[in-house]
Amino acid sequence: MTSATFPSSPPENHSWNRYFGFNTDAKVIGIQYIVTAFFFFLIGGLLAMIIRGELITPPADLVDRTVYNGIYTMHGTIMLFLFIFPVLNGLNNLLIPTMIGAPDMAFPRLNAVAFWLVPIFGALLIGSFFVPGGPAYSGWWSYPPVSTQNPLGHFINGQGLWITAVALSGVSSIMGAVNFVTTILRMRAPGMGFFRMPVFCWTALAAQSLQLIGLPALTGGAVMLLTDLSFGTSFYQPEGGGDPVLYQHFFWFYSHPAVYVIILPVFGIFSELFPVYSRKPLFGYVYVCLASFIIVALGLVVWVHHMFPSGVAQWMRNFFMFSTMLIAVPTGVKVFAWLGTIWRGKLRLTTPMLFCLGGLFNFVFAGITGIMLATVPVDIHVSNTYFVVGHFHYVIYGAAVMGIFAAIYHWFPKFIGRMPYEGLGKVHFLLTFIGANLNFLPMHPLGLMGMPRRVSSYDPEFAFWNVLASLGAFLLGVSIIPFLLNMVSAWVRGPKAPHNPWNAIGLEWLLPSPPPEDNFGEHVPTVISRPYGYGTGEPLVEHQAEIENQLTLQEASA
Amino acid sequence: MSNSSDRSRPPISSVGLAGLLAWIGVLVVLSWWMAQQSYSWLPVQASTAAPLVDGLFSFETGIGTFVFGAVVSVMAWVLLKHRAEKYDESDAEPIEGNTRLEVIWTVIPLLLVMAIAVYAMRVNTKLGVLGPMEHIHLANPVEDQGGYAADRLPAEQVEVIARQWSWEFRYPSSNVSTTELHLPVDQPVSFRLVSDDVIHGFFIPAFRLKQDVIPGRAINFNLTPTREGRYRLRDSQFSGTWFAANQADVVVESADDYQAWLKNAARQPLQPGISDAVTEYGERKQLKNPGWATVPPAPPPQVNVPGSNTLPHDA
Repeated sequence: MTSATFPSSPPENHSWNRYFGFNTDAKVIGIQYIVTAFFFFLIGGLLAMIIRGELITPPADLVDRTVYNGIYTMHGTIMLFLFIFPVLNGLNNLLIPTMIGAPDMAFPRLNAVAFWLVPIFGALLIGSFFVPGGPAYSGWWSYPPVSTQNPLGHFINGQGLWITAVALSGVSSIMGAVNFVTTILRMRAPGMGFFRMPVFCWTALAAQSLQLIGLPALTGGAVMLLTDLSFGTSFYQPEGGGDPVLYQHFFWFYSHPAVYVIILPVFGIFSELFPVYSRKPLFGYVYVCLASFIIVALGLVVWVHHMFPSGVAQWMRNFFMFSTMLIAVPTGVKVFAWLGTIWRGKLRLTTPMLFCLGGLFNFVFAGITGIMLATVPVDIHVSNTYFVVGHFHYVIYGAAVMGIFAAIYHWFPKFIGRMPYEGLGKVHFLLTFIGANLNFLPMHPLGLMGMPRRVSSYDPEFAFWNVLASLGAFLLGVSIIPFLLNMVSAWVRGPKAPHNPWNAIGLEWLLPSPPPEDNFGEHVPTVISRPYGYGTGEPLVEHQAEIENQLTLQEASA
Repeated sequence: MSNSSDRSRPPISSVGLAGLLAWIGVLVVLSWWMAQQSYSWLPVQASTAAPLVDGLFSFETGIGTFVFGAVVSVMAWVLLKHRAEKYDESDAEPIEGNTRLEVIWTVIPLLLVMAIAVYAMRVNTKLGVLGPMEHIHLANPVEDQGGYAADRLPAEQVEVIARQWSWEFRYPSSNVSTTELHLPVDQPVSFRLVSDDVIHGFFIPAFRLKQDVIPGRAINFNLTPTREGRYRLRDSQFSGTWFAANQADVVVESADDYQAWLKNAARQPLQPGISDAVTEYGERKQLKNPGWATVPPAPPPQVNVPGSNTLPHDA
C-alpha cells in the first residue's frame, strides 16, 4: 500500500482496462460488481419481458411451456444471484472502506476472487440455456422431486449447471461476507466506535452476518440436491427413504434471511440519504442501528412461513406466524425513524431523494401485504399465488431496487468523479415508480382470485389484471433506458464532481472525487461525533475545516 | 439517547388539532370502507373455511389501509409543507430523536401485530376444529412419518391422486373414479391426498384451502363445502411442464344429486379421464422444434366419469 501525502493527491488517470482485470482495489471491484450486475439485470429484465408477453393473453401461445418454465426460473435466479447480490456487494465495496476510513478491504485478494466468481458462475448459468434439454425449469426454489427429474438423463444438464452456479454463488458470497464483517469490525477510523458508525455499515454488518450463518445451510442443501440429481443418492427422494420437505427447510433457512440480506443494506441507504436531503439528523440513530440486529435475530427463526401449506405441524404454523409478525416491529421502528427524519426537514427533491421516497412508499405497501402473508389462514389461501409474486416484487423492485438506484445517483459523483444528469434521473424515477406500481399492484387481486404463480396459461377471468401488469412491465422495461443513458453519458462527459456535491456529512465526502486508491492513506481523520450532524454545527472529524479547505483548493486549481 | 423532548415546542393550534382529528376520521372511514370492499376481491365463499379466512383478511385490510394511509399522509404533508425554499442551503432544526415517541412507535405496532396474530391463531384453531388443517403431525406420534397406513383409512374418504399432470378422484366405498370431483353440499368430506410423482398443490380458491401433496406420504385433509356450484381445483405447487394445465373442476351439489351422480357413475365403464397435458403433448410431438426437454405426461387415468374442465365455473 502506498502512503498518500496529506491531503490525498488527486488520483492518477487510470486507464479503463483496470476494470477488466484482477484488481484488488475495493473501489475498482465495487464498480466491477455494479457494472456486471447491471449486465445481468438487462438479461433478467429481458426474460421478464418474455414472461409478461406470454401472460398478456390467457393461453400459452408465445413460447412453449418448457421454454416459459425455463425462462421464469432463470429470471428469478439471475435477478437474485447475478443482479441484486452482486450490486449490493458492489455498494459494500465502494462504501464500507470509504465510510469507515479504511484504505481497502481487509482481504483485498479474497475480495477480487469473490468478484471474479460472479462472471464465472454467471457464464455457467447463461451457458445452461445452450445445453441439450435447455436450462433449469423448476423455479428458483428448485424443489425436488421436480428438480431431480432430468428428462433427458444427460449428466450435463440445465438443472445440474444451475445447482453448481448457485453453490459457487454461495462460495463467493461467503468470501465477501468474511471480508465485509472483518473490515467493519477491525478497520474503522480512530474515534469511530460502533455508535459513531454510519447506519449503512451497521446494516451491511447485519446482512453479512446473516450470510455467514445462513449460506452453509443452502450450500449443503444444494450439494445434496446435486448428488440426488447426478449420483443417485436419495436425500430427498421418497422412494429411497428421503424426504422432499427436508430440502425446503434447508432452502428457506437461508433463503428467507436472504431477503434481509437484500433489504437491510437498502434500509441503510434510506437511513443515509433521508438525512442528507432533509438536512436533519437521522431520527433515533441508536434505535435504527439496533433494529438491524433485532431483524437479524428474528430473521433466522421465520423460515417455515414459506412452508405453511407444505405439511408442517399446527404448532409450527403458530410459532412461525408469531415470529414473523414480530419482525414488523423493528422494521416499523425504521420506517417511523425515516418519517421522523423528513418531518420538519428542508426537503430537496433530487433524484436520489425521489427514489428513496418512492422506495419507502412501496416498502410500506409491501410490509402490509407481508403482515397479511404472515397470518396462516390468509397465507394458506394466497401462498403460491400471484399475491406473493406481487408482494415480493414490491419488496425487491419497489423498495430494494429503487433504493439501489438512489444509492447509485447519490454516490456516483464520489466514485466516478462526475455528476449524473438530474433531468434524465427524474424521468427514470417517474417511469420506474409508475411502471413498478402498474406492474405489481394488479398481481394482488390476481392472487386473491386464485391465480397460481409460475403458470404459463390461465383461466380467462384473470385476463384484465394480467394485461395491466404486462403494460406496467413493459413500462418498467423502458424505464431502464434513461438510466443507462444517464450513467454512460455522465461517466463520459458529465460535469466534474466536487468532493461533496450534496453537502453531505460522512468520511467518504472528505475524500476527493474520485478518491485515491488508498483513500485517506496514513492520514485517517479522527472521528469525534456521531454521523448525520445536520444542523448541529458539530464537525464529524478533527480538523474538518482544514481538510475541506484543502479539497476545495485542489478542486479550484484543477 | 440524546433527544429534544425537553425542548419547549409550540403546542398544536386548535385549528390544527381539529384538522388532524378530522383527517384521522377520514382515514378510519376509508379503512372501514376498504375492509368491506376486500370481500369483493375474493372468489365466492364455498366452504366453512372461507368466511373465517375472509373475515381475517378484511380485518387486516382495514388495519393495513389505516397504517398505509397514515404513513402516506405524513409523507405527503412533508412533501407539501417541508420542502426547502429555492436557494435555501441551510440545514433544518436538528431533532435527533425523542425517546417517548420511539417507545410509543415500538409498543403500539407490537400490540397491533400481536393482536392480529392472536386473531389469526384463533381462526387457525377454528379451522383446525373444522378439520381442514391437520396432516402428518397427528395426535398419534406413530403416524408422524408416513401419514395413514392404507388399512386404517376412514371408510368414507375420497382419495385424490395427483400426477404429472392430471387429478384423479376415487370414491372407494362406491367404487367410482373420476377426473371431476363431486362433493355433497354441507357435508364434511375427508380426503386422502397422494402423489404418484412430484409435489403438487391441492388448491380450491373458492374453499380458501390449500395443501401440498407430498410424494411418499398420504395426507389427511378435511373440509366442508357450503355452496352449490362448479369451482376450479388448481395445482398450486410447481410440478413441471404442464403445471398450469393441471386443473380439475369441483362440482358441489345437493345430497340427492350427489347420490344420483355416484350411482350413475358406478355403472359407467372405465374410460380415459381428462388430461390436457396428454392432449398437448400429442400435438407438441408433431412440431419440428417443440421446445426444451420435458418429462412425458402420465397416461390419462382410467375413470368411470371423465367429467369436464371447460364448463363455466363460479370461481
